[in-house]
Amino acid sequence: MSILNSKIPEGPLAEKWSKHKANIKVVSPANKRKLEIIVVGTGLGGASAAASLAELGYKVKAFCYQDSPRRAHSIAAQGGINAAKNYQNDNDSVFRLFYDTIKGGDYRSREANVYRLAEVSPNIIDQCVAQGVPFGREYGGLLANRSFGGVLVSRTFYARGQTGQQLLLGAYQALNRQIAKGNVEMYSRHEMLDVVKIDGKARGIIARDLVSGKIKRFGAHAVVVATGGYGNVFFLSTNAMGSNGSAAWQCYKKGAFMANPCFVQIHPTCIPVHGDQQSKLTLMSESLRNDGRVWVPKKKEDAVKLQKGEISPNDIPDEDRDFYLERRYPSYGNLVPRDVASRAAKERCDAGFGVNSEGKAVFLDFKYAIERLGKDVIEARYGNLFQMYEKITDVDPYKNPMMIYPAIHYSMGGTWVDYNLMTTVPGLYSIGEANFSDHGANRLGASALMQGLADGYFVLPYTIGDYLADEIMTPKIDTNAPEFEEAEKEVTGRLEKLYNIKGSKTVDYFHKKLGHVMWDYVGMSRNTEGLKKAIEMIQQIREEFWKDVKVPGELDNLNPELEKAGRVADFLDIGELMARDALDRNESCGGHFREESATEEGEAKRDDKNFTYVSCWEFKGEKQEPVLHKEDLVFENVKLTQRSYK
Amino acid sequence: MADKILKKLNIKVWRQKNAASKGKFETYTIENISTGSSFLEMMDILNNELIEKGIDPIAFDHDCREGICGTCSLYINGRPHGPDTEVTTCQLHMRKFKDGETITVEPWRAAAFPVIKDLVVDRTAFEKILQAGGFISVNTGGVPDANAIPVAYEDAEEAMDAAACIGCGACVAACKNSSAMLFVSAKVSHLAKLPQGKVEAKKRALNMVAKMDELGFGGCTNTGACEVECPKSISITNIARLNREYLGARLSK
Repeated sequence: MSILNSKIPEGPLAEKWSKHKANIKVVSPANKRKLEIIVVGTGLGGASAAASLAELGYKVKAFCYQDSPRRAHSIAAQGGINAAKNYQNDNDSVFRLFYDTIKGGDYRSREANVYRLAEVSPNIIDQCVAQGVPFGREYGGLLANRSFGGVLVSRTFYARGQTGQQLLLGAYQALNRQIAKGNVEMYSRHEMLDVVKIDGKARGIIARDLVSGKIKRFGAHAVVVATGGYGNVFFLSTNAMGSNGSAAWQCYKKGAFMANPCFVQIHPTCIPVHGDQQSKLTLMSESLRNDGRVWVPKKKEDAVKLQKGEISPNDIPDEDRDFYLERRYPSYGNLVPRDVASRAAKERCDAGFGVNSEGKAVFLDFKYAIERLGKDVIEARYGNLFQMYEKITDVDPYKNPMMIYPAIHYSMGGTWVDYNLMTTVPGLYSIGEANFSDHGANRLGASALMQGLADGYFVLPYTIGDYLADEIMTPKIDTNAPEFEEAEKEVTGRLEKLYNIKGSKTVDYFHKKLGHVMWDYVGMSRNTEGLKKAIEMIQQIREEFWKDVKVPGELDNLNPELEKAGRVADFLDIGELMARDALDRNESCGGHFREESATEEGEAKRDDKNFTYVSCWEFKGEKQEPVLHKEDLVFENVKLTQRSYK
Repeated sequence: MADKILKKLNIKVWRQKNAASKGKFETYTIENISTGSSFLEMMDILNNELIEKGIDPIAFDHDCREGICGTCSLYINGRPHGPDTEVTTCQLHMRKFKDGETITVEPWRAAAFPVIKDLVVDRTAFEKILQAGGFISVNTGGVPDANAIPVAYEDAEEAMDAAACIGCGACVAACKNSSAMLFVSAKVSHLAKLPQGKVEAKKRALNMVAKMDELGFGGCTNTGACEVECPKSISITNIARLNREYLGARLSK
């Protein structure tokens, strides 16, 4: 039935990866030297992959749009990285990490991939320590752990509130070492604008040198896309300003299927939107919910006074505060998973209990923790986050509760890959957040870093050999081939088209407009009518964009507006596909909430009978409807149950 | 606490078409900016207004907008990252400015960081310094268990203090000699503080310092400006440690 072959190995779950490694092909050192690999993106996935592949002897070309590989947005991850080390003797295991991840993802990910992720997780910690990542330690000199949402053990390793930064710097150091040795050619301030296929196989990319504006061709025997998620389709998100879905989208247009695009994570604890001048949302770490209590006023008149700025939160006595998470979910309380906490905040604000001038914020209050533990303890735990909050809002969170609201944070959906991390295009791989494979419909905290590094250090360097072993007779890819010529022409044509519209509205105007549609109809709560409306509205915005956008500057110079225009053009397409996918999936699971599929109490209701599949979308041409393929998910090792946090 | 509106601001900003051309200041007026907006949001608004007027928008580097990627790099009213402490430009907010004020915005000024366009500079020199030795030479795989080498709590903490450097270049921009000593010393200290990094410590210090000198950064005269302006409060104690590492390496050579 399906044309999708996930290539999941036969045999018991715990033996699949070992057996697979034993069966796949290996390339000899002499041949590795002749094989070239392009890696696009230098976050945790891309940097670790580029470094590891170069160490193996492949010739690597790495690309990033930033001025240095170290600036990829993995750098901003705060809380930590999970690994099944069981250093705490609290009965953690590979199976337990696997199980937590599958359950946290609401049973919409692949068993075999998730198990492998858990299996290689301990190696990641070993690798990072060997590289000099300064993880937090106990006084005895051994590694410390903290606990995180949705799990019962302490398996999260951390480097203060900057774990992503330290892990990325580790991978970046390994990458720098290979650059110095000449094994990696690094192309910073270069943006991939197309992937080039020859005889059906990925053979290179077209990239724009962002400084000179030159369009360049790069050939390779395989192409790895590690370009992160597409959360900026919402305009406001916790992603970096430059984070985009364009590389993945070009792959989609060249035949790589997009999987579960409607699965995006909305993080409950971000600093709320203020006014209409804002460009970006800032995350406050999930760890804050360990000690902060979430509340809104019980009485609507108090909420109204807060919205008007007539009273301060400290004027409201305890008995008039509604600790709604503790009320609705007594057993997990403030530590319910991200999707549940986000929806509960929205529910209160929609009911008119929001606490800022826009009515779109709830309180995260440390008063009780400070009374219980003292200010010093709270400062030691969260000092850097409190400082960040005060710098942004000018409010002292030691004296007043923080105001928080949910925001778009992570894309679980992404390019479809098989067990080898190869897309539906031979020779084209997708790793890290860019692929769909491990987090199902909701990602657990501290698991994004784990997946990026698992893919880059320990999975791709093995699986790519299976493909490249058959390419050893393929000579160096000729970038003068007609396929490169044509791809370059297409890229140049598109840039010129954008540039020559010379309309009346800025790129940001369209991006904001798209963001509003996405947030209102394809955000935290979705329904048939809204999704259909969203598709129509996005089509209208797209039409207007291609008629009336204004791109200033020059084509052959540094031109951030031109870069943005290309990305927003792709976001318009991605947004539409997300809405289509959300419309198809008439069930609620993880971060995807369909109003038609809820329990009487308003909780998400999964529909395993009809939707235990991965939605894989195939591009059929501009202005053509994409075709949906389904990869059925088979669960042999866990029993599907409705999640309950009550 | 509550946000106010700055009715009018004059933004005096460095404009330079490309690396080859000569730059100059231009002054633009902007109205109705919320004190709750970040400095870069103000720049976004200004840019959108410029585009609507048919003027080329101002190019500036930025990305994460939460103070950790190290991309943003503006020299505002004579200070790297502007008039606030322990923040990057993207975390600087407009409440630090007064209505009617003229705000001067320049790129990092250093011979080793040439201007690419307007406020965007080329920091490739930092990359080259790190490539010269800012790593531990281990390949992926085949490493010992993470708990095989205990590291004293204090050492791990000190290593982390130094490793917090975001590579923005504010230290170089703040220094009258355009010295990169704080940047280099942060990486050398981070790795020298850990047993894993000690093996190559001497070679690392020698190679990174040699590369720094080669790339045109100035010498350190201990003014401490770098430490004051560092958004991550990297201490100049690290420079003392680098000097010790370097001297030790030279003597034992």
